[in-house]
Amino acid sequence: MKILYFAWLRSKIGVPTETVELPAEVATAGALVEWLKTRSPRHAEALANSKVVKVAVNQEHVPYDHPISSTDEVALFPPVTGG
Amino acid sequence: MAIRVQAGDFDVGAEYAAFTAGRTSVGGVAMFVGLVRDIAGGASVSAMTLEHYPGMTEKQLETIAEEARRRWPLDDVLVIHRHGRLEPGDRIVMVATASAHRDAAFESCRFLMDWLKTKAPFWKLEATSEGERWVEAKESDDAAAARWAE
Repeated sequence: MKILYFAWLRSKIGVPTETVELPAEVATAGALVEWLKTRSPRHAEALANSKVVKVAVNQEHVPYDHPISSTDEVALFPPVTGG
Repeated sequence: MAIRVQAGDFDVGAEYAAFTAGRTSVGGVAMFVGLVRDIAGGASVSAMTLEHYPGMTEKQLETIAEEARRRWPLDDVLVIHRHGRLEPGDRIVMVATASAHRDAAFESCRFLMDWLKTKAPFWKLEATSEGERWVEAKESDDAAAARWAE
């Protein structure tokens, strides 16, 4: 699965994108965020406060209980601040 | 309906002229133009860099514009949003709505900005007198978007 990071999540994790092999039990957006925290101390620190970690699946905003699959494009980012 | 995400500036007068050209059924156009401020949270801002999520940005802006057209009788909608490095006084965003009557134009223009601020994937990095910092989302923006809930 391809994961994209934006804004301070990108700078804290240190890469704009990464490709991961998902364990079968990681089936929702929220479970993915929890699983990503275990990848490195940088991930754990960046993703610590889930209130400010938003998820998009295939370029649509989704809640944490949204299902994910290995072919999805998943993006993690802080609350948006455009306009 | 036009959605444009671009690094370059835009000419508000030229955009207005193109938006209304040949449209004699339009009774009113509402426009909002957002600019970079030179002060934020007590610190002076020397520049702002707008990051976005190419692909999702356009998709979200189209969805927001289509929602406006569903809710109000609009002749047309224009959304232009810049990305990249901007300085105080620079234009960031322009929204224009055209309708036979002013209420639809005014309300939909505000709706577009309120929704855009909470749904379009842009993030602002400010260069301030106290260093670089990512702009935090405001609860007041969430509240502004929430009042349009159906």
